Amino acid sequence: MKQTPQWALESFWKKVAIWVTAGSFLILIVLTLDSLQQTEVGGSRVPKFSVINQKIDYRYQEKQHRSIPVIGGEELLFGKSFSEEEARALVDLGKKTVQAKNCMNCHTLLGNGAYYAPDLTKAWLDKGWISVEAREDLMQRFLLDPENNARTFGSNRKMPNQNLSAEEARGVMAFLKWMSGIDTNGFPYQFKTLYGEE
Amino acid sequence: MNGINLLQQARHCGERFSASTGLNSDNLTSGQKLAVNYFTVAVILFIAQILFGLLAAMQFIWPAFLLDILDFNVNRMVHINAMVVWMLYGFIGSIYWLLEDESQTEIVGLPLGRLAFWVLTAAVTVVVLVYLLIQTGAGKDSSLWLINEGREYIEAPRWADIGIVIVMLVFFYNVVATFSKGRWSGIAGVLTLDLVALAGLYLAGMVYMTNLSQDQYWWWWVIHLWVEATWEVLVGVIMAWTLMKLLGVRRQIVQTWLYIEVALMFGSGILGLGHHYFWIGTPDYWLTIGGFFSALEPIPLVAMVVHAIYDTGRHSFKNSNHPALAWVIAHAFGNFLGAGVWGFMHTLPQINLYTHGTQWSASHGHLAFFGAYATINIAFFYLAIQHWRGNIWMGEEIEHAWRWKWAIALLNIGVMGMTVALLIAGYEQSFIERALEGSSWAGYFSGQNHPAFQNAMVWRLLFGVVTAAGLGLLVWDLLTIGKTETRLAKVIGAESAES
Repeated sequence: MKQTPQWALESFWKKVAIWVTAGSFLILIVLTLDSLQQTEVGGSRVPKFSVINQKIDYRYQEKQHRSIPVIGGEELLFGKSFSEEEARALVDLGKKTVQAKNCMNCHTLLGNGAYYAPDLTKAWLDKGWISVEAREDLMQRFLLDPENNARTFGSNRKMPNQNLSAEEARGVMAFLKWMSGIDTNGFPYQFKTLYGEE
Repeated sequence: MNGINLLQQARHCGERFSASTGLNSDNLTSGQKLAVNYFTVAVILFIAQILFGLLAAMQFIWPAFLLDILDFNVNRMVHINAMVVWMLYGFIGSIYWLLEDESQTEIVGLPLGRLAFWVLTAAVTVVVLVYLLIQTGAGKDSSLWLINEGREYIEAPRWADIGIVIVMLVFFYNVVATFSKGRWSGIAGVLTLDLVALAGLYLAGMVYMTNLSQDQYWWWWVIHLWVEATWEVLVGVIMAWTLMKLLGVRRQIVQTWLYIEVALMFGSGILGLGHHYFWIGTPDYWLTIGGFFSALEPIPLVAMVVHAIYDTGRHSFKNSNHPALAWVIAHAFGNFLGAGVWGFMHTLPQINLYTHGTQWSASHGHLAFFGAYATINIAFFYLAIQHWRGNIWMGEEIEHAWRWKWAIALLNIGVMGMTVALLIAGYEQSFIERALEGSSWAGYFSGQNHPAFQNAMVWRLLFGVVTAAGLGLLVWDLLTIGKTETRLAKVIGAESAES
């Protein structure tokens, strides 16, 4: 009987499987530690919660060939300046509401979810809110009574009423505003904001 | 009293039904009896998956359909959750089925295994009822603990998460303790390590955090590292054992292949996780790492095709269970096409920038889950039925063979048709909503209103109906195949090392 060459041996591939798996996992751990550090709230990629007190825009950068969030001067939400802790609590309420109302099984958040309704990543900045002045009021009315205030652009798809409390609606708006400040490496591409290109 | 009467009546109905199928559980070992419990629930959840999928597909065409009663998000959640859970049931059942044969000893903690089955099934029932009847809650922790966690694929409320982990630990104990007591094989080793990863990863999805980027970071650890790594290795294990049983392939060959597959699968799949980290706020080195490693992900799937087809050809297709072998082949190709090719098509970041979060993902999801996981589970159901009927012959000239043939044809045509329809919708969406209109809400709706998209949704529903017909036929066939068969399966001996 011919001797089986080394590369075809069961024991050889067993070792390869173990080393490749362990090596890949180790690299993943190292990258995870770095990614978690870079995505901390208030870090280089995810804004602090009190960013909801400021103007957030999303502008195309010629050099990088992608849009990045641009944080500007004061632009208060609900006419109030939130401390970091107050802002965190409000964004947290918004996120819990988004989860408890199962928004993700129609919409997408950062592009993940279902595809029955628009992506929410930059929803705060969408031109559909007409103007900076009108946005807050329109969005609040939309969230509290979507059946009568929905903008479905000629489709007959409807958002059902989620029975949000006024506080939950404010939380969702804070969450959406905060989310629009996350640096998503240029996703969505070529998105034109409410502010227009200045 | 009424409740008790009702229960008794239901029990009688169940007994009458199982008597009418003519399946004799005396043919099964105790581990296999537990396995067929899992398979039964798996099939019921498979039916639920397709039904709720049809409802969601109809809502794309008639948005007012069931509005405020069963909204799209509820139907879609039940659709994907039923899928994940029935596949897990299928896997757990398959492992319980092969455990005693592979370890050459009886399952160590069988009563515990039985208890875990009933606990899991009760929990799944409650979760689904809450999904359907309560649906959503207020924006507070108790909603996430009791109703719905609102995170795609792992929506199950936190209490159920904890239950799932406990049940998985019982399952894990049974696998490891049984192998430790009996024979420890290469298959046992791979399976043990894979189950450690599978159970451990689920924990990554059980923490609430306000930071959405980190929330999605860990969420993908569960979803991706389950579906594109540990589940793939799990089906590699099931496939390896199945090929030995169906065709008599030599153990040394399947185990060597299994190690090669593990190396390729984990070598590409673990860092391939990076393709989910392109756009969620994570650093941009993931564009390179995710793009590169996920582009390699089809390679192990090619290896599996070669493995399955080569071994089948080498044994001249001789086997005693034609439906099972046909589904194994469907698995090999479906896994490669659905998970491999369809995944690769939109995995590079340059393309994914436009396709991320469009019907592309739905197209890939349909073919991948079906091709990679539904098929291998169905193959195993046929293996189980064969033994449930007393290891009968299920090869050529079996009565009513048209049923399994039409079932496999309709299911494959149905899913492939849905996949292509969704792909067309995805292309259209990427072009119009993303490339032309820059992903605004107005752009989203002009994509959705486009006739190409609308037509694609009609075709998707039609092929969904074809899939449902195939499933109906499949269930009928599983319940009746071999009922009148008296010939016994030919004993398939393992080939000799020289052959």
